[in-house]
Amino acid sequence: MQRSFIARNPSVLIFLSLLALFTLVVTVLSEGAGAGFISTSFIKTLGKTLCLCLIAVAMDLIWGYAGILSLGHFAFFGLGGYMIGMWLMYERTRLIVVDSLNQTEIPPTEAEVIEAIGTQIFGVVGSSDFPMIWAFADSLILQLALVVLVPGMLALIFGWLAFRSRVTGVYLSILTQAMTLALALYLFQNDSGLRGNNGLSGLQNLPGVTASQDIVSLWFLWASAFALGAGYFLAAWVVSGKFGSVICGIRDNEARVRFLGYSVEAYKLALFTLTACLAAIAGALYYPQAGIINPAEIAPIASIYLAVWVAIGGRGRLYGAVIGAAFVSLLSTWFTGGQAPDLPMGVYTVKWVDWWLVLLGVSFVLVTLFAPKGIGGLFDLIPTKKGSEE
Amino acid sequence: MSMLLEVSGVSVSFDGFKAINNLSFNIGEAELRAIIGPNGAGKTTFMDIVTGKTRPDEGRVIWGEKSVSLLKMSEAQIAQAGVGRKFQKPTVFEDQTVQENLLVSLKNPRSWLSVLTYRPTAEDLGRVDALAEEIGLSDQLTRLAGELSHGQKQWLEIGMLLAQEPRLLLVDEPAAGMTVTERQHTTDILVEAAKTRAVVVVEHDMEFVRRLNCKVTVLHEGSVLAEGSLDHVTANKDVIDVYLGR
Repeated sequence: MQRSFIARNPSVLIFLSLLALFTLVVTVLSEGAGAGFISTSFIKTLGKTLCLCLIAVAMDLIWGYAGILSLGHFAFFGLGGYMIGMWLMYERTRLIVVDSLNQTEIPPTEAEVIEAIGTQIFGVVGSSDFPMIWAFADSLILQLALVVLVPGMLALIFGWLAFRSRVTGVYLSILTQAMTLALALYLFQNDSGLRGNNGLSGLQNLPGVTASQDIVSLWFLWASAFALGAGYFLAAWVVSGKFGSVICGIRDNEARVRFLGYSVEAYKLALFTLTACLAAIAGALYYPQAGIINPAEIAPIASIYLAVWVAIGGRGRLYGAVIGAAFVSLLSTWFTGGQAPDLPMGVYTVKWVDWWLVLLGVSFVLVTLFAPKGIGGLFDLIPTKKGSEE
Repeated sequence: MSMLLEVSGVSVSFDGFKAINNLSFNIGEAELRAIIGPNGAGKTTFMDIVTGKTRPDEGRVIWGEKSVSLLKMSEAQIAQAGVGRKFQKPTVFEDQTVQENLLVSLKNPRSWLSVLTYRPTAEDLGRVDALAEEIGLSDQLTRLAGELSHGQKQWLEIGMLLAQEPRLLLVDEPAAGMTVTERQHTTDILVEAAKTRAVVVVEHDMEFVRRLNCKVTVLHEGSVLAEGSLDHVTANKDVIDVYLGR
């Protein structure tokens, strides 16, 4: 007799409830709801943090459970952002262009509209032609599909090549770093078709939506919370059964899994692609809240931060990744935003904007050395109630 | 009697060193066989070749009544075809319970899609219980494999192989580091297993081999030096010279 999935994994229910409660409280206190205790810009920060939590869950799946230290998942995150950004930018520019051309005596032709949009978008890189990759930018549905398809395909091809050649451990990590670096360098070029180092901007404006940012920021908060909840549920379900057994087995003893008759490469590839898609969805929700995406976002360092979050939060327990990502990224915002008070130390004043990275690095080393289970390990200290009722 | 596994004329060299040199080896259904030989005789390399980890430079490895070649198959495919392998060091999934270790090994579809939606049936759980009984770990089902003693881990690994329902079981030094009683138990498990399938045991320890009471193949420098009962091969002059001598 099997109990339901939720009954066997109470932590999933607890997590989803807390997430719902958090979203509700933040919404009630927001400017958009009229209360104004939480500023719209902070709502966006919280919404973005939820997206970072989602990619951290993906990272925990691939690293914490399957033991594959991918240092390239922000490439998928960024690509997801670019895919949705293309539609946002195209559609908003189109509305503006159509609006201004309609003021003229003669209604514009289709070609003139396209030409004008192209000039608006690509003028900054000295062009007015739409590159081929923008072929579907006029369709929200198609571009939404590409959010998952493009990073998914990249992960599939990269993973197939890497896993088939049995690249493992630190070599795989380096390869994933190379992948994200190569992609960033490519996107930095003006003729990459995605506006080079200018990236895509104005993404916070939803085309055709007249609601204020106060309201739009709440929509994205809800969407991010929903995506995180769904992603967490999916991840917990994936690792709950035999699939979880197999991927943990791959982490602990790859050869044993292989000689049990499991095709290790297929499992790695499936999981790598799944986590890439999760990362891409997180990115597609993140960048409309950030408002801008450029190639620097997928620089190798971003993916390393991701690993640091998951390590500090605690690997192999999903909620650890969420805690780590939320805690460290919010703390990072606080320290680097200049809000943290300087620390006068007589001869030298510690300015946190400069020293935050040092603090983060030191915490990472300390956690790795003394608390390998991370913050999530604290939950193991809570005594279980087994038989302790009076 | 038809052969289950036929290895013929197999050679493999690593950087010019011939680890296996024109080796031929056959085993039929439901047979227990011990392979002995000094260090570097090619015992482990032989297992690597049969299980697909190492590709030989020449020779044939033919499997089953359909006589398929194992040389073109991946490790996972060979395992699915019915070859189970136990490593020298106990390799179990230490972060998982004994029950999970056995469940993941049970003979069920291995593709990731079917594993994703798999949930253990009552029948599967029953088989796990029966296996745990067989390897003497019935009261350890909910313990983490990492907490087991060395001997228990070895049995668990054998149990995982049995769960796979292999037709050929390759076992590398199962008795290493075991106490006398543990050895006796291991012998019992292997002899019992060999009633329904072929079992090949690679072993250093002569006492253990004597207990198995089966046909013995002596390897030396990558080829078969002698084959027969233990008394027969230990009387062989070549064997005495290279292995038992001095």
